[in-house]
Amino acid sequence: MSQSCRTPEGGRVDRAKPIRFTFDGKSYQGCVGDTLASALLANGVHLVGRSFKYHRPRGIVAAGSEEPNALVQVEMGGGRSDPNTRATVVELFDGLNAESQNRNPSLERDVGAVNDALSPLFPAGFYYKTFKWPASAWHKVYEPRIREAAGLGKAPTEGDPDRYLHRHVHCEVLVVGAGPAGLAAALAAGRSGARVILVDENPELGGSLLMESGTLGRVEPGNLAFARRAAADLAAMPEVRVLTRTTLTGYYDYNYLTALERVTDHLPPGSGPDLPRQRLWRIRARRVVIATGAIERPLVFVGNDRPGVMLASAGRAYLNRWGVLPGRDVLVFTNNDSAYAAAIDLARAGAKVTLADVRPHAGALASEAEAAGVALRPRTVVVDTDGRLRVQRAYLSEIDGEGRIVGALGQPLPCDCLLMSGGWNPNVSLHSQARGLLVFDDSLAAFVPGEAPQPNVSVGACNGDLSFKGALEGGAEAGRLAAGAEAKPGEAFGANEPEAAPLLPLWLVPSDREGLRAKAFVDFQNDVTAKDLGVALTEGLRSIEHIKRFTTTGMGTDQGKTSNVNALAIVAAKLNTSVPAVGTTTFRQPYVPATFGAMVGHSKGPLFDVVRKTPIHDWAEAEGAVFEDVGTWKRAWYFPKAGEDMHAAVRRECKAVRETCGLFDASTLGKIDVQGPDARAFLNRIYTNAWMKLPVGQCRYGLMLRDDGMVMDDGVTACLKDDRFHMTTTTGGAPRVLAWLEEWLQTEWPDLKVYCTSVTEEWATMALNGPNAREVLAPLVEGIDMDADAFPHMHWRSGKVAGVPARIFRISFTGETGFEVNVPAGYGRHVWGAIWASGQKHGIVAYGTETMHVLRAEKGYVIVGQDTDGTVTPHDLGMSWIVKKQGDFVGRRGLERPDLKRDDRKQLVGLLTEDPDLVLDEGAQIVADPSEPVPMTMIGHVTSSYDSPDLGRSFALALVAGGKTRKGQTLHVPQLDGSVAAVSVVDPVFLDPEGKRLHG
Amino acid sequence: MLQIDCPFCGPRAEIEFRCGGEAHIARPLKPEDASDETWRDYLFQRKSPKGVHFERWVHSHGCGRWFNAARDTVTDRFLAIYPMGEKAPSIEELKARLPDVGSPRHAYAENRVAPERVEGERP
Ligand SMILES: [Zn+2]
Repeated sequence: MSQSCRTPEGGRVDRAKPIRFTFDGKSYQGCVGDTLASALLANGVHLVGRSFKYHRPRGIVAAGSEEPNALVQVEMGGGRSDPNTRATVVELFDGLNAESQNRNPSLERDVGAVNDALSPLFPAGFYYKTFKWPASAWHKVYEPRIREAAGLGKAPTEGDPDRYLHRHVHCEVLVVGAGPAGLAAALAAGRSGARVILVDENPELGGSLLMESGTLGRVEPGNLAFARRAAADLAAMPEVRVLTRTTLTGYYDYNYLTALERVTDHLPPGSGPDLPRQRLWRIRARRVVIATGAIERPLVFVGNDRPGVMLASAGRAYLNRWGVLPGRDVLVFTNNDSAYAAAIDLARAGAKVTLADVRPHAGALASEAEAAGVALRPRTVVVDTDGRLRVQRAYLSEIDGEGRIVGALGQPLPCDCLLMSGGWNPNVSLHSQARGLLVFDDSLAAFVPGEAPQPNVSVGACNGDLSFKGALEGGAEAGRLAAGAEAKPGEAFGANEPEAAPLLPLWLVPSDREGLRAKAFVDFQNDVTAKDLGVALTEGLRSIEHIKRFTTTGMGTDQGKTSNVNALAIVAAKLNTSVPAVGTTTFRQPYVPATFGAMVGHSKGPLFDVVRKTPIHDWAEAEGAVFEDVGTWKRAWYFPKAGEDMHAAVRRECKAVRETCGLFDASTLGKIDVQGPDARAFLNRIYTNAWMKLPVGQCRYGLMLRDDGMVMDDGVTACLKDDRFHMTTTTGGAPRVLAWLEEWLQTEWPDLKVYCTSVTEEWATMALNGPNAREVLAPLVEGIDMDADAFPHMHWRSGKVAGVPARIFRISFTGETGFEVNVPAGYGRHVWGAIWASGQKHGIVAYGTETMHVLRAEKGYVIVGQDTDGTVTPHDLGMSWIVKKQGDFVGRRGLERPDLKRDDRKQLVGLLTEDPDLVLDEGAQIVADPSEPVPMTMIGHVTSSYDSPDLGRSFALALVAGGKTRKGQTLHVPQLDGSVAAVSVVDPVFLDPEGKRLHG
Repeated sequence: MLQIDCPFCGPRAEIEFRCGGEAHIARPLKPEDASDETWRDYLFQRKSPKGVHFERWVHSHGCGRWFNAARDTVTDRFLAIYPMGEKAPSIEELKARLPDVGSPRHAYAENRVAPERVEGERP
């Protein structure tokens, strides 16, 4: 068997099912049930990565999602490429291909390692200080080099072929974590009949029970038997949903939580074609039971980052859960009892084990350890280690009661694996994400949950109770209470375990090694040493949040799960204060890295947003229209004929509308039915002009302001009946305007009896414009006298068009004779076809939004949102004629504010370039003096700019400071290409200022 | 994401709502008589307290109705939800309720309708 470090028996792997996988191009064998980390260790591979900054060789530290070092790129081809994946949570499947990161050319021989030799030059904060000057070098030289040398995985370049889903669920009790506490909670809550969701990161339930051999204790009827029975009981409860391979990633307000389920990540790509790759659960829970366990702390000693140095609990997990012997010469280094179990289990599995305990007296399991053959070394610390690509030797010294080194310095001890335990941090991340307070527990030397402002409770190890008995009993009670069940005596859970002796905090292990190369790492992932924390303090930083950002401790993919408390304690010691006085940094979502795919779900590509299409859309598409997005609508932009570009198509469309007629799909215009006895009074307050006397059968253009006096929207509104109006709005403004009307009616004028209803999609709206518009439309019309005198401009009539009931509005946004035919949306395509057929002998064209823009701009008609930007008043637009003199309306008092009456405000003008062929860039700034040194005085900007076939030249609209008094002046417009265009200021109406064509 | 107890629809996710800013901003009844300072304050001056804040909310992707709410900006907890046009509960009253606020829907427990509009008083 190639798996040289696999034990002959034991663990949760299936030795009868060997599978192949590849790491850094080399093929290995593992077993079903392995993680990538356990399979690598089974093959004796400890070296799996290079560190972020110094490129130091790094190995596997942990056995779970808290892993800081073993980050790999899982590369399955076809766009399936996941950087920064923790090898400890990648489940092995046949054909898995993973690569190490941050090394060049190979893990064993990495040129970046020169950074380690030069490390005295790279203390914390080095980047901030060294690469300051010259400023221009940052983008060109420093940043690219730093990013190349430092860094983690490679961002994938291909599109992601996999599917990701979101699911929304509600439950009464959400239990997070399926260790003994979580299982007990889920069972108790489930038995009450409550809707329960239990989530756990692992592929099977059990949590710490999966790695517990019994040395540290035993629950009844046996650790694995208990987990198996609980799983079966939960599966039989219809209201309980168990989600394995699911990490609770975020705890938000009002018990809203997200959980990331890795549905098919453990399978070869393509083996679950009907299943998504991952599923993001969005859960609203009445109560939450947090049972997320505890995470072991590393010890901070010189040379603690060599491959082969790992957490004691991880070493034990690899042996007991995965049947892997992580070393044959094992040194266990601890300040507490729990690591004795690792020493005992490894010794029993055949390893030669020495245990160095910083405490003067050996722990409760000392005699059991000695019986298993463990050599005990009390009051002993590791002062240094050796070994280039894997630990080969540790140097041990004895310490006195004050933690000072005494006696002989650094006695070497050969070892190929060093297991460390600095105590346990209750996993308070979710409690803290939920805005819970943290309290420092001196006996654990760690933070435990304090007051929880949201309805949740932490139980078991994450609440600081590291015993099985406490987990089972606390879990059961929490589950029962969370379900709202009567507090009946709990199920008798049995647990036998030894009494633990207190731990002795030793935050920074003393060392006789001095000098800059003696590195004791606090944060492995970010290469932060204890000395770096000192540098931050020397720089004068005191807030732990500042120290975190200066040194980067606790940042990165692991978010400091193993490092944070050590960092706080070392800072506290250096400041001669207590850990709680230093405080903690904020725990943030997500708990583990989450894929973008899972966050996005289905919201990408065509499903990214709603696509709204008009009844005429298919016709336009068949005619070859090019579409543009306006809000969520697809609008026909222009209709190119063969060989035409946009410019040619728009010229042809413009000419046809001015010379004969054109048909335009205006169905996207917002339409609001306003009715009620006070409808007229309401419009009179909402619009700037007068509405009390508008007769039935007529239309009026209206401008809406915000109450500060700025233009907000515009449109034509028709009086259908004395108490009923058909309001139109801009395409993009429709929802905003409806909400605006509702807000005034509900919050300011509840006395007005008015109802507003969106009818945008009820109607197909076709604008027929041009000198021949009447000739085209009249043959189709029944019941309306189409004579110009009988049906004048700004009137509307109801009748039939092409046999369909219709409202025809005689309005125009082009300056030509215009009819807007409104028919029920379902008839839109039919009526459009009839008009189109009728127009053929007149040379009718279909025109799009670009031509509409050109035609209206020639007339100086503004488009709200293009020629205005929320800082423009009607007076600025030269539209004082629409502001009534009498009575209040929204915006009236706002317009009287002194700043809005200044003469030098930006006002709407027309611009003509000296060069008639030059079309100005829209958005370009305008200056009076082109030779003024930078920064120049910008006096305005171009809002609309086109080429006009009717004018035979280009033209533009612009907002210019004091524009009304600048007519005839020459101004200058710097263009994107670097040239500066001279322009003269003219009136914004370029065509037919008398409006003769409108009334034809 | 907050959960907001719409008085007409019940508890719904925050994304269904829009916050309309500070509540009880009275639009001067005679705008033409209002001084520039009064109008400025009405348009722009808003409180941003740490603690109890009175806000307007609209259930824009639900029933479309506006209502008032008192929210603790520290904990994001809703302490009261009450109709447009009704006087704000006093902060003392809300603080007294703090330990057992429970559902903030009590303002609607009697199925109340919006009060008659009183001239000179603004919601
Ligand atoms: Zn509602």
